[in-house]
Amino acid sequence: MNKSFLKYTLLGIGFSFLYFPIFALIIYSFNESKRVMVWKGFSLKWYGELFKNEQILESFYISLKIASMSATFATILGVMAGYSLARISKIPFRPFFIFISTAPLVMPEIILGLSLLLFFISSNNLFGLPSSKGQLTVLISHMTFSVAFVAVIIQARLFGFNKSIEEAAQDLGAVPNSVIWKVTLPVILPSIISGWLLAFTLSLDDLVVASFTTGPGANTLPIVVFSKVRLGLSPEVNALSAVIMLVIVSIAVGYYIKIRNKSDVN
Amino acid sequence: MLSKLKNYKFWFVFTPYFWLVAFFFIPLAIILKISFSVSEWGMPPYKDILEINNSGDFILNITSGNYAFIFSDFFYLKSYLNSLSLAFTSTLICLIIGYPIAFYVAKSKPKIRNLLLILLIIPFWTSFLLRVYAWKVLLQGNGILNLMLIKLGFISEPLSLLYNHYAVILGVVYTYLPFMILPLYGYLVKFDLRLIDAANDLGSRKINTFFKVILPLSLPGIIAGCMLVFIPVVGEFVIPELLGGSDKLYFGKIIWDEFFVNRDWPVASALAMSGILFLIVPIVIFQMSYSKYNFKNE
Repeated sequence: MNKSFLKYTLLGIGFSFLYFPIFALIIYSFNESKRVMVWKGFSLKWYGELFKNEQILESFYISLKIASMSATFATILGVMAGYSLARISKIPFRPFFIFISTAPLVMPEIILGLSLLLFFISSNNLFGLPSSKGQLTVLISHMTFSVAFVAVIIQARLFGFNKSIEEAAQDLGAVPNSVIWKVTLPVILPSIISGWLLAFTLSLDDLVVASFTTGPGANTLPIVVFSKVRLGLSPEVNALSAVIMLVIVSIAVGYYIKIRNKSDVN
Repeated sequence: MLSKLKNYKFWFVFTPYFWLVAFFFIPLAIILKISFSVSEWGMPPYKDILEINNSGDFILNITSGNYAFIFSDFFYLKSYLNSLSLAFTSTLICLIIGYPIAFYVAKSKPKIRNLLLILLIIPFWTSFLLRVYAWKVLLQGNGILNLMLIKLGFISEPLSLLYNHYAVILGVVYTYLPFMILPLYGYLVKFDLRLIDAANDLGSRKINTFFKVILPLSLPGIIAGCMLVFIPVVGEFVIPELLGGSDKLYFGKIIWDEFFVNRDWPVASALAMSGILFLIVPIVIFQMSYSKYNFKNE
């Protein structure tokens, strides 16, 4: 009794801490007043303003475009890297490969952003490529740190699953190339999907690296939001947060119902 | 060679290897190079390391002056120490808050556990920037926290909660908490609960069971979680910028200003390089604990 009281109290406090700010923001998004903190009555006004705001809508579209491309390419590269780390022993300078494929996980964004920007500038001076900073340079930068995250997920999954399944397929006469397509890839598919989703959010969420590597026509959503909230509060950003929360919660509820039904069947 | 090119293994190694060398390693090498360059007015605002002058002589423009400058000026060192102490404090708080949550979630029945896990992940998927912004709204002078405190009679005048380093710590703990909880959970969920029963049956006191059985076995998770919080927080820019004030300057902000405001690329690069140098030890610890974790799984 005493023990479960402690448990629920701690969990209760922990989860309230996580959710309190988000809920407060959602409540304030219905505030009619332009001054965020002064409550003047319930209104959907700022949602209307949000969906009329060209700058936010355009940056949202750019962010979605970059995030989906970055996630897709980073997943391809990350699966290859994760597979190499877990299954291929003959890699030239293996420790170096391990270093460059895990260091981006913890490298401070500001250093990553600075180094990529200086790289793009130097490369432009030497080869004329990339001709200017923009969506392409942001995409390349996002892919680079996302690869490391996907590789970690894939690697963990491959370490977790028994190598003997692959060996059995080989013993039964499957050639190595078909083992990977018909055995390994289907088994790690859920990890590939979670890797893609993680890469997608990482890109959608990134402010610092994008601020360094962006150029004309590549203002992503976080860059626009940051410029709005840097010096003050913005009722439109409150509405935006509520919309984003709604999307994420509906995805999460859908996912939860799906796994609950699955475990009921089992 | 041709047979090699048909082998998927070659491409699996070569493609990400090439990408990461080109866009992760070479950029780092470039900041290393620029950090030793001499700054000048112009675009780019530094001299080439190797120049050929009119009479055809090679001139080497290398200086360690940028490093000497940042290490001699207490301003830079202090901002770095501020960042370290911010990272240390918030990692510790994250661990203290995160451990019990991860422990109880991992110990729950599978059905509740899935729900709790999803509840833990939702804030993690929500935009990082918006979660920091949420605290900016809450901590305002006429924000919800001050109103609550006044209503409850604890204070009569609103406190200035925003724009100081406590607000920064709060923001960091809030946004980085999932990075601590999720690796801890990953370890604790695999933890055999019968070990606790066994220890209790053998007469161990609860507190001893925790310190001698549970804690040592979850140590790799603790290390991974701590490093995932500590290292990025040292370079954190957004949270101090939105919630912090002028009482403390942080490393990330200094690099940002040196680059975007002062336009001194060599000094910005030297700062970034020395940041990496200081962080190398925690990064290596992280990688070692991480590879140990995988090794155990195998």
